[in-house]
Amino acid sequence: MRSDPAEYKLVSPGNLPAVLSLLAGEPAQWLPIAGGTDVMVLYSAGKLPNRKLINIWNILELRQIEVSPDRIRIGAACTYTALRRHDIVSREFPLLAMAASWTGGIANQNRGTLGGNIANASPAADSLPALLAYEAELTLISVRGERRVAYRNFHTGYKQTVLAADELIRDISLPRRFSGYLWYARKVGARNAQAISKVCLAALGQISDGTIRDVRLALGSVAPIPLRLNKTEHALTGKKIEPSLIDTARKMVVTEIQPIDDIRSTARYRAAVAGNLVAEFLERLATERKNA
Amino acid sequence: MNTSPGTGAKCVVLFTVNGEAKKLFVHPMERLLDVLRNDLRLTGAKEGCGEGECGSCSILLDGMLVNSCLVPVAQASGASIVTIEGMSAHALMNPLQEAFLECGGAQCGICTPGMILAAVYLLEKKPEPAPADIREGLAGNLCRCTGYMQIFEAVSKAARRRVTK
Ligand SMILES: Cc1cc2nc3c(=O)[nH]c(=O)nc-3n(C[C@H](O)[C@H](O)[C@H](O)COP(=O)(O)OP(=O)(O)OC[C@H]3O[C@@H](n4cnc5c(N)ncnc54)[C@H](O)[C@@H]3O)c2cc1C
Ligand code: FES
Ligand code: FES
Repeated sequence: MRSDPAEYKLVSPGNLPAVLSLLAGEPAQWLPIAGGTDVMVLYSAGKLPNRKLINIWNILELRQIEVSPDRIRIGAACTYTALRRHDIVSREFPLLAMAASWTGGIANQNRGTLGGNIANASPAADSLPALLAYEAELTLISVRGERRVAYRNFHTGYKQTVLAADELIRDISLPRRFSGYLWYARKVGARNAQAISKVCLAALGQISDGTIRDVRLALGSVAPIPLRLNKTEHALTGKKIEPSLIDTARKMVVTEIQPIDDIRSTARYRAAVAGNLVAEFLERLATERKNA
Repeated sequence: MNTSPGTGAKCVVLFTVNGEAKKLFVHPMERLLDVLRNDLRLTGAKEGCGEGECGSCSILLDGMLVNSCLVPVAQASGASIVTIEGMSAHALMNPLQEAFLECGGAQCGICTPGMILAAVYLLEKKPEPAPADIREGLAGNLCRCTGYMQIFEAVSKAARRRVTK
């Protein structure tokens, strides 16, 4: 059943302090809406429990991308299109630019925001593995002040996060030290645009003298939250890439994930694909060694 | 825009549509698609899915291609909106219309306004799109009739004609 607009409220204070004081004044009453590409889908289906919405699409502070010598700070309400068009994002953070290019069609990318993807906290969200791989840090803001949270600690369970009811994500900050890494991003779904992932991998690796110096593996859709594969990474670091190592990695990946059966796929399929994606990435890393 | 005092309150929203200033008294969570179609009688934008999947409700909001079914009208406050009705004078319209006709790019026509807007949005940025660019540019627009190849061909033909002119 479609929602009746007369039963909903949407206010547009237009500046950050006013938004924050509304959020603080009646905690858990107000739902922020940025690009609306998650919120409006629920609303249209008559499934949006919140009756009071607060517009953050027009808050300019949340739409900026600031670049300093060692970090890039992405305002939470930056759209996928803004990310894809940004020179530094596309050159130094290809995992993120690639994920942005997968997120629905162009019209969706013109509205959907990175902060919305994070706060919506779907385990299938496409840009979240990239944020794990790049060691993102979030700035959360409320009338109580600002706090920084390492993105890897943001999700606490299925659709559960550390974001308090009076807080907004203000920005996503990434260290600029991964541009020399080999990157690998792959989404497996019915198709890339307009299809929710069955599995998606964001991976970074650095290799010298045939030995893995550093490796980052982050997967979507294989656990209640976006997952970094710490154990597998640890087992790979400092090792030479050989077929036996790739095999070990493939097996280890499966022990770290908790995939489920759902309408899009099965747990067995997801486990097999997750292992294969990691193996494919390692094979690429190995050829990188040969080329060098 | 005004902040409405209580649930259920309407508010004033001002924007321009196809160059004309409009002042509306609406519920802020009304979908822009419904306001365009019902209040402003601009029925070019269609409702296919109502959930962002099909692109038949595409419009340009401040120059950006968006799905109007996912935009609450209050978020369009102060915006400049262009619908398919406002495109007739656009330089790309003739070549696109001709190519759609020649290639069989439209059958029932429900997807067509969205396809044309997505194609214009693409060709303005990439006047000579590769086939992959066309597929990406139209990936958010679904068609139940043509099978897509005719549409891709039409967009490619329109681009070639425009470039050689
Ligand atoms: C057709 C379609 C295709 C899609 N395809 C994909 C896809 O391929 N991959 C994918 O990952 N997603 C996809 N999505 C989902 C969606 O586009 C993304 O999750 C998007 O990033 C949401 O951003 P938004 O600004 O539109 O969020 P909104 O709908 O505005 O908000 C989503 C949630 O985040 C909260 N929120 C937003 N901004 C903030 C903030 N700054 N601080 C705190 N809370 C905030 C809101 O309160 C709400 O709970 C798709 C959606 C549609 C409609
Ligand atoms: S009706 Fe809006 S995308 Fe389908
Ligand atoms: S022509 Fe009928 S949906 Fe495309």
